[in-house]
Amino acid sequence: MERPLTEGMRPDGEPLSLKEYEGLGGYEGLRKALAQRTPEAVLEEVKSANLLGRGGAGFPAGVKWGYVPSVEDVPRPRYVAVNGDEMEPGTFKDRYLMERNPHQLIEGTMLCAYAVCADLAYIFVRLEYGKAARALEKAIAEAREAGYLGRRILGTDFDLELRPHVSAGRYMCGEALALLNVIEGRRAIPRVKPPHPTLSGLWGRPTLVNNVETICNVPHIVRKGAAWFNGLSLTPGDGGTKLYGASGRVKRPGLWELPMGTPLREILEEHAGGMQDGYRLRGLLPGGASTEFITDQHLDVKMDFSALQRVGSRLGTGTIVVLDDKTCPVGMVYSLEAFFARESCGWCTPCRDGLPWTAQTIWAIEQGAGRDGDLERLEAQVRFLGPGFTFCFLAPGAMEPIRGALRWFRPDFEAHIREKRCPWR
Amino acid sequence: MAVLTAEEQREIQEEIARSGHWGAASIEALKIVQRHRGWVSDELLRDTAEMLQMTPDELDNVATFFSLIFRRPVGRHVILLCDSVSCWVMGYNKVREHLSARLGIGPGETTADGLFTLLPVACLGACERAPAMMIDGKLYGDLTSDQIDYILATYREDEA
Repeated sequence: MERPLTEGMRPDGEPLSLKEYEGLGGYEGLRKALAQRTPEAVLEEVKSANLLGRGGAGFPAGVKWGYVPSVEDVPRPRYVAVNGDEMEPGTFKDRYLMERNPHQLIEGTMLCAYAVCADLAYIFVRLEYGKAARALEKAIAEAREAGYLGRRILGTDFDLELRPHVSAGRYMCGEALALLNVIEGRRAIPRVKPPHPTLSGLWGRPTLVNNVETICNVPHIVRKGAAWFNGLSLTPGDGGTKLYGASGRVKRPGLWELPMGTPLREILEEHAGGMQDGYRLRGLLPGGASTEFITDQHLDVKMDFSALQRVGSRLGTGTIVVLDDKTCPVGMVYSLEAFFARESCGWCTPCRDGLPWTAQTIWAIEQGAGRDGDLERLEAQVRFLGPGFTFCFLAPGAMEPIRGALRWFRPDFEAHIREKRCPWR
Repeated sequence: MAVLTAEEQREIQEEIARSGHWGAASIEALKIVQRHRGWVSDELLRDTAEMLQMTPDELDNVATFFSLIFRRPVGRHVILLCDSVSCWVMGYNKVREHLSARLGIGPGETTADGLFTLLPVACLGACERAPAMMIDGKLYGDLTSDQIDYILATYREDEA
């Protein structure tokens, strides 16, 4: 089985050096693109690869790149911003990629910038990911030294500067438009869309925002081609491998690069080793805090963007959080909602006021102070904080685990209200 | 410019030049001040705002948004305790109670000797090693009560 993203990573967890990365075929994609391909051809290759955005939304990366206007229509400066503000609870895949192979991310960013004719790229890293930021800074210096960055790269007329931007904490920084505000030195609040940032992003210039894992796939697509990339996946139209993870009471929590569309059962049983002794699986979030719970009856679902949607959830970040039978689902949902309430940026009213209200309602239920009608009130919140009522996806994302929990664990909520206590304590 | 040291001013100036846009260096400038002083006082905020050609309120508007820019004094070591879902499932409550008991403080507080501040934070991206915490940028996973005691002792010994 091919594992292009994680192949050759060092077992000690230290980052691959430039030499080690080149030994694995690193920067061959860049050399090939600069010598033989136009920016349009690189974009077409990424489009044909069916690379769906790994930040969680699953939007086709090539299509998004295609939204950037031509350099004839809108001249430079033009920007690329790579989103490494990984803070989705339960998610730890981008940290792994940045810490262990920073050059892969740099090469991907360069190819992306080449394809959309950008001349400055930012890699946005959260403050707590200091090890990743240091690995990137060192790798950027190595790449510059070797002539991969700067002016007239590899003797061509392609110029690119690359800057890491280390943030200062807050989940909202990972929202694409809020992220642009932070790079401009402002509060992380979302912006009105349209205009889409590909037309008017950083300082009003065309700006393409992509997730770290998405970008890490690009060097391999350019080097080995879209057909090869599609062949890595088990799901037509959803190319490549995926970094899947699992945490919670499984035997071997961790991260694995597997074909896109690998069945959930295989990830949980073969790779995560099944549940710890004495624990049974009750449910799980398939891809971080903003995805709907599914249960043990969904174990045969393929972990890809379309199959998870068909069972009412989302692939999200592809990192599974497991709920076991000895953990209170109401308490788990409270933990999720307390997070979202705290991390709301406060910009729009439904999110700022609705999330704390929602969290308090769930807290009351968990503490045995729930009242009749609370579940109906929560269902109303799920609707009113859903898509269409808020500036960004934070609140609608926050509603997904509640909707799933009310669907699959409703008797647990009812027991809390009826017995006026948490049955798990 | 009464409070910022020459070294701090030089670092902030470099960042302003590098950023190339009005205000874009604000977060980095606040982090520079915090790296030197541990937190950002009103006086330092005023000086920094002047360098950035912002009003103090404009800069405070940015500073107070970010959870890891400290506008109040913190202890010598800041403990970031992950309170997000995977750590919660794996025993966050027990870890928090143990830490609070050992340190004699609650979340958001600083020990009387000024050694530790305890802050709950969003997912540290160490879910495979839950429950996890970070002290001064160093990550500790698979926490147990014994390990917490051992880790705190190493920081205390370093001070002694």
